[in-house]
Amino acid sequence: MIPLEWFLIVAGVIFVIGMIGVIIARNVMIIFMSIELMLNAANLAMVAFSREMGTLDGHVMVFVIMTVAAAEAAVGLAIIIALFRNRDTANIDEVNVLKW
Amino acid sequence: MADLRLMLPELILFAWAMMMLMYGVIRKNVGGNTMIYLAMLGVVITGFSIPMTGYGIAFGGTFFVDKVSVFFKMIFLGAAFFAAASSSSLLEKLKSDHGEYFTLILLSTVGMMFLISTNELITLYVALELTTIPLFVLAAYRKDSLQSSEAGLKYLILGAVSSAILLYGISMIYGLTGTTFINLAFGRLLEQSLGMLTLTQEVNMAFIIAMIMLIAGFGFKLALVPFHMWAPDVYEGAPTPVTSFLSVASKGAGVAAFARLFYSALPSFGEFYWGIMVGTLAAAAMIIGNITAVLQSNVKRMLAYSSIAHAGYLLIGFVSLPTTVNDTPFGPASIMFYMLAYLFANMGAFACAIAFEKNYGSYEIKDYQGLAKESPALALTFTIFLLSLAGIPPMVGFFAKYYIFLAGWPNYSWLVIVGILTSVISLYYYANIVKQMYFNRNETVLAKAHFDSPLVITLVLTVAGTILFGIFPESVIKFANNAFDAFPF
Repeated sequence: MIPLEWFLIVAGVIFVIGMIGVIIARNVMIIFMSIELMLNAANLAMVAFSREMGTLDGHVMVFVIMTVAAAEAAVGLAIIIALFRNRDTANIDEVNVLKW
Repeated sequence: MADLRLMLPELILFAWAMMMLMYGVIRKNVGGNTMIYLAMLGVVITGFSIPMTGYGIAFGGTFFVDKVSVFFKMIFLGAAFFAAASSSSLLEKLKSDHGEYFTLILLSTVGMMFLISTNELITLYVALELTTIPLFVLAAYRKDSLQSSEAGLKYLILGAVSSAILLYGISMIYGLTGTTFINLAFGRLLEQSLGMLTLTQEVNMAFIIAMIMLIAGFGFKLALVPFHMWAPDVYEGAPTPVTSFLSVASKGAGVAAFARLFYSALPSFGEFYWGIMVGTLAAAAMIIGNITAVLQSNVKRMLAYSSIAHAGYLLIGFVSLPTTVNDTPFGPASIMFYMLAYLFANMGAFACAIAFEKNYGSYEIKDYQGLAKESPALALTFTIFLLSLAGIPPMVGFFAKYYIFLAGWPNYSWLVIVGILTSVISLYYYANIVKQMYFNRNETVLAKAHFDSPLVITLVLTVAGTILFGIFPESVIKFANNAFDAFPF
């Protein structure tokens, strides 16, 4: 059986990759993919913990998270389309009307 | 059935939201303020159903109703009521009735009501998302406006990132405790704390990382200082009624969930870890929020920074864990009172900004010059709200700050001193608007202001709340203190 730590290390690495992606990516779609990566890192950790402890809560939570992430993505794509119609760009650097 | 009875207010509001959606689809362009009044009616009916449900635990302990959740539900409903009532000028601009606009506001409120009533991490996460996802849509509601879509996008990205961080924290708490129930988690931690005291370094590290992630996630939701970058942009770009809802209800929901989770799942570690951490965040929020607010020229942006500062004040109450002194208000009770004060003053201030924009088409502070001469009523109400936000005695804001500082004084005196000093700074920028309205002459004569009736309802109720609770704060603080007796279940 693969020990718990390995799963957690993978989850942590995925989470950090997602975080870095959100920070350095300039395309809105890439940022979105990175956010999904972060959510899935949490999913992986949940499932690993769940298997380790032999309870089902983590598995249930993963399904819930996936559903919510789908809802979030739907709203996100709609907002990106609205923005694209106004600004003709998906580059986050050019979205700079509001600033101090 | 008894379980469902406890959930009655949420169910009513949810059904009402769906009904408004359907009504908006079937009957296009009802005209006038019909939809607004419908939404307000739904909120009021829900509000009346809350006292009828009573208190209790339902659904195997995942859902419960106690005095604290009832109090916060009333605050969320109040915010939804005022936000819906001040929407008419926005809907005029959109040139249609938009049933879905109110559906989104009501759904977000339902999410907040679940959030304050839940005792389980999965439900907490879903409720949090039910709260924020409609808010993303609402922030981007003016599809034709670049500012609004930009605000929506920024809110969406940072909101999603913050939920991901929060979720990772939740997963670690689950991994450490083996339960998703918030109140059981603490017991499990205690069981394992013997092991932690002998310092198995990994568990300790994991625990600290989980705590940092939870604080960062909630910090984003509350717009605390290192995580506040999104707030001014979103507050400025979003339609103003949405901004007002966002600043009061979403902040209240965030702080309530934050307090629930930390008080019941992680209390005994408070003194060691998160007390000082959250205290530092609170100080940073008060200092940065207030100082940056001074430099703003746009009313909405100024209120955004002031709301960051207010989140800092709220956290003073949050870190002040209950002391045993009998007549000192408890920290959580002072949070509840502060939210009440903030509800009336901030919703009112935004309603005034909406009224001004509707009549004079501007959010710039310099355009408020000479307002007192042309529409004294608007100037006077705005002054009342600003003074309440600044914490001037006859208004409710004074007692809110007073109780917060009183609660914080025994353990966090330095935080209270920072709070008092930054309050003085805040007085400067609030009073600046008052000065513009009353003492600055204006060359171009402003026209007389006109109000639509739902907005008048908002202004009258918020003024009444601000002054009445300022004169009679005792009953509320007494209720809040009693409510706290049962706070961590």
